[in-house]
Amino acid sequence: MLSSIPPICYLIVSALIFAIGAVGVLVRRNAIVIFMCIEMMLGGVNLTLITAAHYLHSLDGVLMVFFVMTVAAAEAAVGLAIFVLLFRGRGTIKVDEINLLKW
Amino acid sequence: MIELVWLIPLFPAIGFLFNGLIGRWFNLDKRIVSWVACSALGLSFLLSILIFFSLLQLAPEARAAVPDRILFDWIVSGELKTVIGYKVDPLSIIMALVVSGVSFFIHVYSVGYMHDDPGFTRYFAYLNLFVFMMLTLVLANNFLLMFVGWEGVGLCSYLLIGFWFDRDAPANAGKKAFVVNRVGDFGFLLAMFLIFAHLGTLEFNGVFAGAHALGPVTVTIITLLLFVGAAGKSAQIPLYVWLPDAMEGPTPVSSLIHAATMVTSGVYMIARCNLLYTMAPVSMAVVAIVGAATAIFAASMGLLQVDIKRVLAYSTISQLGYMFLAVGVGAFSAGIFHLMTHAFFKGLLFLGAGSVMHAMSGELDMRNMGGIWKKTPITFWTFLIATLAIAGIPGFSGFFSKDEILWQAFSSNHGYVYLWLVGAVAAGMTAFYMFRLVFVTFLGTCRASEEVKQHIHESPSIMTIPLIVLAVLSVIGGYVGIPHVLGGRNIFHEFLAPVLGGHPEGTGHAAFSLVQSAFASGGAAEGGGINMELVLMGVSVAIAIIGIFIAFYLYIRKPEVPKRLGERFKTLYTIVFNKYYVDEIYEACFVKGTKRLGTFFWREFDDGVVDRSVNLVGGLMLWLGRLLRRIQTGRVQGYALGIILGAVIIIIFLIR
Repeated sequence: MLSSIPPICYLIVSALIFAIGAVGVLVRRNAIVIFMCIEMMLGGVNLTLITAAHYLHSLDGVLMVFFVMTVAAAEAAVGLAIFVLLFRGRGTIKVDEINLLKW
Repeated sequence: MIELVWLIPLFPAIGFLFNGLIGRWFNLDKRIVSWVACSALGLSFLLSILIFFSLLQLAPEARAAVPDRILFDWIVSGELKTVIGYKVDPLSIIMALVVSGVSFFIHVYSVGYMHDDPGFTRYFAYLNLFVFMMLTLVLANNFLLMFVGWEGVGLCSYLLIGFWFDRDAPANAGKKAFVVNRVGDFGFLLAMFLIFAHLGTLEFNGVFAGAHALGPVTVTIITLLLFVGAAGKSAQIPLYVWLPDAMEGPTPVSSLIHAATMVTSGVYMIARCNLLYTMAPVSMAVVAIVGAATAIFAASMGLLQVDIKRVLAYSTISQLGYMFLAVGVGAFSAGIFHLMTHAFFKGLLFLGAGSVMHAMSGELDMRNMGGIWKKTPITFWTFLIATLAIAGIPGFSGFFSKDEILWQAFSSNHGYVYLWLVGAVAAGMTAFYMFRLVFVTFLGTCRASEEVKQHIHESPSIMTIPLIVLAVLSVIGGYVGIPHVLGGRNIFHEFLAPVLGGHPEGTGHAAFSLVQSAFASGGAAEGGGINMELVLMGVSVAIAIIGIFIAFYLYIRKPEVPKRLGERFKTLYTIVFNKYYVDEIYEACFVKGTKRLGTFFWREFDDGVVDRSVNLVGGLMLWLGRLLRRIQTGRVQGYALGIILGAVIIIIFLIR
């Protein structure tokens, strides 16, 4: 049943998810939303990896997905902690207002 | 025993490190410092004596052929191979004996003289370092190591002239000495480069063995450049100007460095290179003429000086002129002989002057002295002995060495009667100004202030014992070189003959040179010359006695006459009193010009070109940065856009 869907469909879906995530990262201002968009991009990549693993009959892709999920979890923990501190310090987490890192 | 030669310079080096590092760091007691410093020198002196006697055991021909004691390779680079190696032969061991011996006594004297100085430890560290460098200079077996010693003694001279660096005069005098010496060292360096370029080695043995292959022009250039170096270090015209100013240092330093040892290293170097010089008659003539000119010029400047140390300084320059006169006429061993006796009596004169200063509460102007001989008997008598020696009175060491130089200036085949005449007149002047110094300082009535008068006292025995020892040496030092004409054997020359006896054709073979030198020193008198030698001896003694008599007449009998004479010949008096304005002329010609050139390069080249181009590069970078920093908006999403666009572009390129 699963094999009846051609792989290109999975890849298109994952590319769409990735692109939506990327656009979200670029246009949204709220740091948490940006963060969620990043997670979305990672999800898209994961889908691609699973697809490849399935159709190539290899576990490499699946293995990779575990790593990506681990990294994403760790990243979320660190990132959220940073945002909490940022909010405490500056009262906002809008990224366009946090622009100290310039000339 | 001879293999232990490397220990001779090592002892003072250890003394220097101990006093310079540990002594200074922990503020050790003065007794420890002085014991370490003096015993280091004592050990060196002892070892020099032992090596001297083991050298005497050898046959005369073998003495010059003792293999060099090579410690280790120093610089090995391409063709250049230099070792740290020491050479033992009659010449170097005589120098080592003189240096370590005189240094030892002056160290002992310094313990008393410098006792209350806050820089006591520093002083002895420098002094030990100096002796280490000086011994390296005289014992080195190659030009480069000799140059290390050469520069090292220059450094110590600078440090010790400017010992009281918190005052302007000593600091400036030290600088002057250093800068003037640079001029000479430049010549030495060029000579060394030439030697290496032509012979491919810097070791004395190799250079002298291969020297016959050099062309006459090359040898002349090399020897003239070496003489420039010698003139700088040994204060000859035109580079003598630093030595009178060097008297700003502590008096024992003037005695050790600026009279007995360092300033004679130029004479030693020329004697060491005697083979090269005998191949270059033009250079020999230059050396002799410059030596004779310096002898009389400096002596005339000494006539009217009133600072006792400056009189002695000009006297030193003048005596160094004699030594150069000797080596310039080919009488190398006579030069070394005078070097040795001069080290004794001039060292003693300076120490005596120090003792006088000690008695007179630091007074240097002899117009404020007089009549102190009863209160400082040892200083007076030893000073008088040294004065008799330097004046060339028969029986004292200076007589033998000076007369030999004069005789050689007259009779040697490089000699010339006018050289003799100049030397003899300078000898008369020497006798005059030295006895003027003695009469004005020690005899007559005391012109010091009452306060100073109260304190006039003899120095402690730690200072007078070295005076006595050197006084004994000033008398007996000459008896190793009694000329043949007076029935002596001239042992000194026989000892040095294997090294210095070389003639123009000499191949460096010891036995050959020995015969030649016996012929040269004794044989020059052949053909009725013996009478001539005696006549000249009588003439020079007579000139010296006349000089003494004039001094006696002018300064004891008729003390008012010098003043009248001074007023009568006012122009001449002023010119001589101001040392012919040489310092002022140099100031106007060289110092001002150099300063102007330096200012020009500073303002125009350094500020205008170097600084400006550096600033230009800096400004360009600043401008670029100002332009490019606009990219750094500080907005994270802008950066993210950049990253994504970059990634997209890379991917497009990859999949295309």
